[in-house]
Amino acid sequence: MTQSPPETERAAKTPQALGDRVFRGIAVGSGGVIMLALAGVFAFLAIEGYPGLSVDEGLYSPATSFLGYVGPLIFGTVLAAIIAIIFAVPLAIGIALFISHYAPRRIATPVAYLIDLLAAVPSVVYGLWGGRELAQHVGSIQVWLHDYLGFLPFFAGPPSASGRTILTAGLVLAIMILPIITAISREVFAQTPRLHEEAALALGATRWEMIRMTVFPYARSGMISAVMLGLGRALGETMAVAMVLSAKPIVTLNLISGENPATIASNIAVNYKEASPDKQAVLIATGLVLFAFTFAINFLARWVAGRSQRRMAR
Amino acid sequence: MSTLEATRTPDVVLVEPRLPSWAPLLVAVGSAGIGALLWIFGASLALGVFAAFVVFLIVLPVWSALIESRRAAVDRLATSLVWTTFLIALVPLIWLVVTVVREGMSTVSPDFLTYSMRNVIGDAQGGLYHALLGTLLVTGMAALISVPIGIFAAIYLIEYGKGKRLARILTFLVDVMTGIPSIVAGLFALSLFVLILGPSIRFGFGGSVALSLLMIPTVVRSTEEMLRLVPDDLREASYALGVPKWRTIAKVVLPTCLGGIVTGVVLAISRIIGETAPLLVVAGATDSVNTNLFDGRMTTLPVFIYQQYTYSTPKGLSYAWGGALVLILIVMILNIVARIIGKIFAPKTGR
Repeated sequence: MTQSPPETERAAKTPQALGDRVFRGIAVGSGGVIMLALAGVFAFLAIEGYPGLSVDEGLYSPATSFLGYVGPLIFGTVLAAIIAIIFAVPLAIGIALFISHYAPRRIATPVAYLIDLLAAVPSVVYGLWGGRELAQHVGSIQVWLHDYLGFLPFFAGPPSASGRTILTAGLVLAIMILPIITAISREVFAQTPRLHEEAALALGATRWEMIRMTVFPYARSGMISAVMLGLGRALGETMAVAMVLSAKPIVTLNLISGENPATIASNIAVNYKEASPDKQAVLIATGLVLFAFTFAINFLARWVAGRSQRRMAR
Repeated sequence: MSTLEATRTPDVVLVEPRLPSWAPLLVAVGSAGIGALLWIFGASLALGVFAAFVVFLIVLPVWSALIESRRAAVDRLATSLVWTTFLIALVPLIWLVVTVVREGMSTVSPDFLTYSMRNVIGDAQGGLYHALLGTLLVTGMAALISVPIGIFAAIYLIEYGKGKRLARILTFLVDVMTGIPSIVAGLFALSLFVLILGPSIRFGFGGSVALSLLMIPTVVRSTEEMLRLVPDDLREASYALGVPKWRTIAKVVLPTCLGGIVTGVVLAISRIIGETAPLLVVAGATDSVNTNLFDGRMTTLPVFIYQQYTYSTPKGLSYAWGGALVLILIVMILNIVARIIGKIFAPKTGR
């Protein structure tokens, strides 16, 4: 924690230099603790999860191997996240544009604050609201979707009476990831060089053409990274999915039936209580898979964002 | 406009025809009327509003395309769509708050806040006292762990590590860390303590460790931003007086941006106070009051809500809604406190 790096420029004899070294040591140490913690997440999940790869076959029920167990869960996780992204991205980009380019200055700040409030609502409250209130209303929409679009595999039905389906869960997830996508897009939109925008307007572009010609190209990589960060959030969100769905580890594209695929995170939360040490190891191993997944996506998102920043700085 | 009109001859038209400035308003009123008519004739309110939006989104661009040009019509459509997305985004926020207040109002009472769930059977009065206490302890401990680490890491990044390779890696890792799923943080704390203390360990401190993993990146981020706002002149003035670096940081830099840092910390607390999944996994749940972080299971408010929800009895659900109302109030109060602190101390940073 307090290991101090050698500081050769100044002799460490005066008490002031000592103070400097200690303070610097604490600061560096804190940074080290963060790195250790991140490495620790990998290490401890691996140590505790490894036995979960080969336990008694009955624990993987209904599958018989770890891959068979985690496969459908990955499918469910990705499916819910994709539904969330489909709903959230157009909305978030619209709101970000509204805040950065359309809204009168006076209301832009309060609007940004309101959207941030969406992020402040705890996930368990989203779960409660999604499972008890939103599900009822989505239920009737699902019946309509089944009646008119039932030929698509997504709406094959039969529609669940309670409305607690993966579609509802995806909607709740969409609301939850809306603030982060909005916040990041809004920032990159606002950074568009004023001169580019004015040049476009001076050439006779309408406001929408100006946005398409100057704002979007400038902000493209920022938007991509925002979407990926939102995706990472959606993949790892637990409670909202666990509380909306009564899920099974199955693979189906049917979004509106009573039988829904579980996600990795919700599966852990739901099965945790009655877990034996072996089952616990299995769940931790699935957690490791989830972590690797989200880590890779976040890594990629930050890399894209960082690359564009470096390009802009040039 | 008027000069153009004055100089224009009957043959040469210099401006394209434009819709009058009240056109969007007229179309808005018209489509609202159609929606209201639908509602009166028996359609549901949601359908009426939906129809009004669709009518608006079709009529205005079409009118514009007829009078103005195709490009202007596209522009008007884009503008309407952007405004629509904003209005749509308000729906869940308002809907959620209204629902929680409506359902939770009848449950929240002084008794609800001061009773625990110990030995509560049937219709007996229970409450969330134990969960409130648990939330306070677990979150407080998490803040105790993460605030010093977070602030010092930010000091390293801004004051010592500028431009260094280690600092760049750390910034990147902190960014990636903000994306760790909360349940993974819980599993991490669990694996750590299972390894040390045996497989059936569940205790409040584990929850604190899990939460601090989620809290540290937020604290680092906000502190970093605040430190960056402190003008370099202040630091240089201090160095010029012969003050060593660490005293400059402690006595000049930190006090200058203290308000911002505190705001960031309070916001970070409000973010983690609602975390459920990690606590469910590592702190477990209990019905009685437990004030010892290091021994025995400990219920926090979000876990209490989840627990009551899974009973799915009428009483359990009403307790869940009541708990949700209390939790939302706490989060909102923390948010408002953070803004007030930010406002009070804002002038000190000089921008």
